[in-house]
Amino acid sequence: MPTQARLEPNPQPRLLRALTVLTAVGFLATLYLGLFAAGTDIEQGQIQRIFYIHMPSFFGAFTAFGATVLGGILYLARKQAAWDRIALAGVEVGLAFSLINLLTGAIWARPIWNTWWTWDPRLTSAAVMCLIYAAYLMLRAGIDDMSRKRNFMSVYGIFSFVSVLTTLFIIRIVPETIHPVIVGASPQNAQGSFEATSGVFMALAPSMLLWLTLMPLTLMWHRYRLETRREAIDRLKFLTLSD
Amino acid sequence: MTTPFLRCVLAIIAKDLRTEIRSRELVSVMALFALLSVLVFSFALELDRAARAEAISGVLWVTLIFASLLELNRSLAQESDQGNLDALLLAPVSRSAIFLGKFAGNALFTGIVGLALLPLMTVLYGMNMLDPWVIVTTLVGIAGFCAIGTLLATMTAHTRARETLLPIALLPAALPFLLTAARATKGILNGAPEWQVWLQLLGGITVIYLALCLLLYGFVVEE
Repeated sequence: MPTQARLEPNPQPRLLRALTVLTAVGFLATLYLGLFAAGTDIEQGQIQRIFYIHMPSFFGAFTAFGATVLGGILYLARKQAAWDRIALAGVEVGLAFSLINLLTGAIWARPIWNTWWTWDPRLTSAAVMCLIYAAYLMLRAGIDDMSRKRNFMSVYGIFSFVSVLTTLFIIRIVPETIHPVIVGASPQNAQGSFEATSGVFMALAPSMLLWLTLMPLTLMWHRYRLETRREAIDRLKFLTLSD
Repeated sequence: MTTPFLRCVLAIIAKDLRTEIRSRELVSVMALFALLSVLVFSFALELDRAARAEAISGVLWVTLIFASLLELNRSLAQESDQGNLDALLLAPVSRSAIFLGKFAGNALFTGIVGLALLPLMTVLYGMNMLDPWVIVTTLVGIAGFCAIGTLLATMTAHTRARETLLPIALLPAALPFLLTAARATKGILNGAPEWQVWLQLLGGITVIYLALCLLLYGFVVEE
């Protein structure tokens, strides 16, 4: 007679539900600010509005990948599976955000730089960053043993963060980029910069705040719960089959 | 009591060297692959005199990275398949000494192939690849991606599809080296002054990666 294995019900915590609603409302509100409330840019026109998603999405990815590093370090120090799940959630959310960042950048670059893509140092390093995190998921799927998987992926996750920092700081290291810097002095060759007026900041600041904190954290929490569930099911499967 | 650090490193290098001198497995495969790759590139790109100056540093670095992929895979798979890695871990040896030993061996073999490739390309492409700074760039670049390569190959040696996973994990991680090393080499060959910046960048990331690998290798091999 096999033991009755079953999954404990695990309803969403109240805080998570509140955060989800808050994130959705905040997203709509910042969209409204960026698309309607902010003034149209004199030189670039409507396309400049994509910036209110483009830059915040990178910083959202930064938060998520930062959580991966933190999760990796804490997993290696304490060996609690929860930290590794947080690291995984960070990679998936961060990868999605950095793809949004690349896509919106390409859409903006088409009219402004007259090309979808160019091998500019910053664009290149952002693309490399995506590839490194995509490889994280591949590598993770290829390792069977759970504790080995968590160890390896913690180390890999810490390493990968070098690429995030490179993307962030490369315009200060390699001055030949054409990517504009909106906050602070633009590099000499930057094409398509615009002035960060108070109107721009009014729409940018809430969007940045949302993408830096609520968006990645809420999504990661959902992903974390999903991963916990998935591992519980795997354990159950194992128990049922070994009976 | 642990064995002195340097002695462990040297012992591992000596072991790898002895294995290699007896089997000639790694260097010969890499050398043949590098030769083939250089030929394939010269047919595929139909390099004329002007195009060569632009493309040759790319050919050099792509060839070196792919050649080292073959070597890294073999070198670390051997360790884990034949149980030597477990034996090393049982011995009272610092984890970073194991890393440094394996890394030095891998960098040495890839370095030999790299140094052999330079005169070969000088002859085949008619460019002076034997400039001392090109040699320095080659050695630093090889050291850099062999460091991260040794770490990643140790990971993938434990996976099901190690032959396919190592390139997928290593190529994006090696891109910073490919980018800076290829730019530096190209700058030196064409007499462009910005090569120094690229070489410094290459040296910088090599040091950062080496330090991170030394720190983190212990977690990769622990059971």
